[in-house]
Amino acid sequence: MSTINDPYASTTDSREGPVFTVTGQDWDTIDASAVEGDHLVINMGPQHPSTHGVLRLVLEIDGETVRDARAGVGYLHTGIEKNMEYRTWTQGVTFCTRMDYVAPFSNEAAYVMAVEKLLGIEAPEKAQAMRVLLLELNRISSHLICIATGGMELGALTVMTCGFRDRELILDLFEMITGLRMNHAFFRPGGVAQDLPEGAIEQLRSTVALLKKRLPEYAALCNANPIFKGRLKGVGHLELAGCLALGLTGPVLRATGYDWDLRKKQPYWGYETYDFDVVTRDEPDAYGRFRVRLDEMWQSLRIVEQATDRLEKMDGQPVMVADKKIAWPSQLSVGADGQGNSAEHIKHIMGESMEALIHHFKIVTEGFRVPAGQAFASIEAPRGEIDCHLVSDGGTRPYRAHFRDPSFVNLQATSVMSEGGMLSDVIVAVASLDPVMGGVDR
Amino acid sequence: MTDEKGNRDARDAGTRTQDASHETRSELLRSDTTQLEVVEIREGAFGAPGTGDTSGFGGLTRPVMMPGASQRPFGGWYDEVADRLAAGPGLGDAIEKVVVDRGEITFYIRRQLLLETVTHLRNDPVLRFEFCSSVSGVHFPHETGRELHVAYHLLSMTHNRRIRLEVATPDGDPHLPSVVSIYPTADWQERETWDMFGIIFDGHPALTRVLMPDDWPGHPQRKDYPLGGIPVEYKGGTVPPPDEWRSYS
Repeated sequence: MSTINDPYASTTDSREGPVFTVTGQDWDTIDASAVEGDHLVINMGPQHPSTHGVLRLVLEIDGETVRDARAGVGYLHTGIEKNMEYRTWTQGVTFCTRMDYVAPFSNEAAYVMAVEKLLGIEAPEKAQAMRVLLLELNRISSHLICIATGGMELGALTVMTCGFRDRELILDLFEMITGLRMNHAFFRPGGVAQDLPEGAIEQLRSTVALLKKRLPEYAALCNANPIFKGRLKGVGHLELAGCLALGLTGPVLRATGYDWDLRKKQPYWGYETYDFDVVTRDEPDAYGRFRVRLDEMWQSLRIVEQATDRLEKMDGQPVMVADKKIAWPSQLSVGADGQGNSAEHIKHIMGESMEALIHHFKIVTEGFRVPAGQAFASIEAPRGEIDCHLVSDGGTRPYRAHFRDPSFVNLQATSVMSEGGMLSDVIVAVASLDPVMGGVDR
Repeated sequence: MTDEKGNRDARDAGTRTQDASHETRSELLRSDTTQLEVVEIREGAFGAPGTGDTSGFGGLTRPVMMPGASQRPFGGWYDEVADRLAAGPGLGDAIEKVVVDRGEITFYIRRQLLLETVTHLRNDPVLRFEFCSSVSGVHFPHETGRELHVAYHLLSMTHNRRIRLEVATPDGDPHLPSVVSIYPTADWQERETWDMFGIIFDGHPALTRVLMPDDWPGHPQRKDYPLGGIPVEYKGGTVPPPDEWRSYS
């Protein structure tokens, strides 16, 4: 395709110099005499297959060398924080689960932890074990996506197909336990929405067994692969001091050799009782981060196995706090006519107790009140520290909800990781940060 | 209810109900403002004023209060950090008040001394808050002269401690010193707070919008930001904006 006759974007002049539109394979159509030197400012994205969604990178390049890199975000901003101010505390989960859609449970976890802190309650033991189980499965599926898309961007398509194949196994588990593959809204203030369904333990065990067989494939495909190593080694280098200054957490921080993991340092929901190791590596580059993620999946599998063992022994225990002023009144069930409130509950509120009906109506439409004050909760998400800052004015809705999303903060390192490097390494550097734009823009 | 007014627990204040016949609004306000932050006086239970509410709850009047200032000892390492912070160079008056609530400590800092405070918090080896987790704004339109708050959540990885700094600034002069020179990670987070609340961080390297489009008018997360109603096709009606929906006070 020729750039000269492009009816939508013909060559124009700007203050910076002439503007050209090229769409790939047609760089030679640019009139070289119109360009002074090799100095170019190019827009990568927002619609670009290797920017992990709608990320816009403004790159100033000199030949193949990146002189200046700026990231532009906000293309997926949906006002989730503002929307939450007009919904009940329970409905808030439905919103925040959509932020970082690759790791939805982490968003829900940070939010419900902050609400529970404000209420001064603690979820029952079984609910905590289910949360840990889902969070760790989610960590594996999220790291698989990171490795898969990162591989795809290098042209390693086998890594991508393997990654998505194995993530599918975990999404099947999510579907079985929560009813949905993503956007679960499963963690609720006070517990989780539903008990484990029948057959979940067996399914968990068989999936873990299968994953154990398949995870070594990534190591076999990549760890010693000279092309893979050649593309990743030394790219996106950022030492510990840089990570702390720029607020980077998660695998990026642990690849500098610092064992900072909130699951160990500030444990929540019984993480201190699980046996697992924090993975670190003294290679603060894209390759080190890849290896950290790879090893973290194995540690998560260990936690998943332990959580499964515990849940097997907790059959019949409650998954929601006993306080009826907070707990959701009904449970979902699948009947002959589809999914809905359990028939027993409907029978109770419609035929037996007017008070139960009033209670159901009040708690579902009005919600519960949360004492005034503010709370802050942090958990270790697959991408790093996700924090939720909640302010309550004593009402039935959050007065203010703010999320510190790890993707948003980590993405600030784009410039320092890519400037001075090759254009092709920008993609590797961004992929090693593993940003999810839904979380960045919220 | 009046007899236990003096020692009312701050934590329960938000959910406590009171009989309006015993106290007037102004009495309610006056009695507690010294120790508690009154957010609002709420009447009724269903958002319907006067005789429109036939539930019998229409006469309820209750103040909603934020947790008030805490007295020493704060407990645990809180006292050590508070002492060390107040002993910083020129930081004698930096702390307005300290609130310990729900296991978290909040230092309310005077905005003129914010930059000196965070510099000391990061550099002092006993404090060593080397990591700034989060910067976010909160809008309290009823707090005249202190409408806009910014909360800084600092983390000390060395000592494994978290604190919150809260700084208030008037709506008419929404300026705060930028902490980017101390915590480079605050760059985008301050841009987001400017974008959403219109707080100007003086000294920020490039304070531009980050989430909303560059030419967007207004700051969406302020409480006074107008929310649009949605026109309903064919009927000529509108779905009212969310702040006009029925709410339960």
